[in-house]
Amino acid sequence: MKTSAEVVIVGGGIIGCATAYYLAKMGVDVIVLEGSDHIGNGGSSRNGGGVRQSGRDVRELPLVMYGIKNLWPTLSEELEVDCEYHQDGNLRLGKTEKHREILTKLADNARGVGLDVRMIDGDEVRSINPYLSDEVICASWCPTDGHANPLTTTLGYYKMARRLGVTFISGEPVTELRVIRGKIRQVITPNNVYEGESVLVAAGLDSREILTSVGIDIPMTNSLLECLVTEAQPHMFDQMLGTAEADFYGHQTKHGSFVFGGSSGLERYNKDNGTPINSSKTAPCICRGIMKYFPDLADAKIVRTWAGWMDASSDGVPSLGTVDEIPGLYVACAFNGHGFGIAPAVGEQLAKLIVTGKTDIDLSELHYDRYKAKI
Amino acid sequence: MNSVNDRSRDIGPFVPGPDDDMLICRCEEITKGEIRRAVHDGMWTLTEIRRYLRTGMGLCQGQTCSKLVKGIVARELGVSPAELEPATSRVPMRPIEMKVFANEAAEEKEGE
Repeated sequence: MKTSAEVVIVGGGIIGCATAYYLAKMGVDVIVLEGSDHIGNGGSSRNGGGVRQSGRDVRELPLVMYGIKNLWPTLSEELEVDCEYHQDGNLRLGKTEKHREILTKLADNARGVGLDVRMIDGDEVRSINPYLSDEVICASWCPTDGHANPLTTTLGYYKMARRLGVTFISGEPVTELRVIRGKIRQVITPNNVYEGESVLVAAGLDSREILTSVGIDIPMTNSLLECLVTEAQPHMFDQMLGTAEADFYGHQTKHGSFVFGGSSGLERYNKDNGTPINSSKTAPCICRGIMKYFPDLADAKIVRTWAGWMDASSDGVPSLGTVDEIPGLYVACAFNGHGFGIAPAVGEQLAKLIVTGKTDIDLSELHYDRYKAKI
Repeated sequence: MNSVNDRSRDIGPFVPGPDDDMLICRCEEITKGEIRRAVHDGMWTLTEIRRYLRTGMGLCQGQTCSKLVKGIVARELGVSPAELEPATSRVPMRPIEMKVFANEAAEEKEGE
């Protein structure tokens, strides 16, 4: 089995798979190590599928805007899989004046960096999506947002990277990194020692412990995300939906089913049995939420629920790029539950960074070392 | 399970079969040929097959086809079906209308 390559990527999620794919396209030799038994088994398969710019922090907006302009439109053809990408806009809904305030501020910030997003009133919301109830009084509307299928997109990157010669090894949880002669060199698992000239750590929440082995600590914690899926319904709408407080989101898939995510408010205090598992309270709570927004869906049957861990940082945006202290080491983690839509841009830019030392989009505001105490 | 699985291991080429058009997952209309091709595209676990093709993601949630899919994938990989972990079963056991599922809190009150 191959144990050395130019680049070793820790984490076989969408970030790891996409970076491996773009590196392989540039002729770089890559090994990807996935800790679990399945490629894309963390947040990559456990998210609402948003390919969204609106509602994001301005520090990560240029990156996601770049991806939506340059990568998403042709991704299905490039990966030879149906990514089910829809660019039909995002309605971020508000029910109260406080919501309107939050949305207006987010929209103003996003316009500041050149995103086309504006506030609309309840009637205009319902002219875009006639199924929404009268409780909705306003929304931010971003016509270039959309959604896609996280499962086929992640596995599509994996398939194509593998076809280009990338070595993927699952069931290899990385426990330690080792610096040799001042540079990153070894990646240790319980079974093997891997060697690379460059190492990218893109292991979601596990990144923290892995990076600790070389003295790097990125403050992040876990936060549970829960979703439910309905049986296939007749086609209703193509927009991505969210709310001012980001407590409810979803879309209708190509298959016809709806995927809705939401929260019970008790997430921080769920029992942790080592695996992301649904709380019995959350799915019914999401159902009550959905019926308030979409009374027509009351008879739709729920076929499935699922949960996943988000890697949450204190400021809500990822840590991305080089690690100054350790030449050859790169990080991409703490995507805070919205890493899917931004992943193609992250993978492409990281591949460029690793090969050329430069990126098209400035990543300096996402540097891992930005966390400072409050005083 | 967590056993080391090198996805570059040679499993031989994809050879078309006479029964590749046979429907295996009836809910989502996935054929034997699609499942076999997915294995050659690198989908080596039942969870990956499911996420890639939607087998077992329809109304019956895999209660009909999961054993058949397991047999096909195992044969293509040249391993025993016993070596393949089934995909995770998800709540609820049977499809439930949203308006019924949503009653969980109301029921709790009645039981007090």
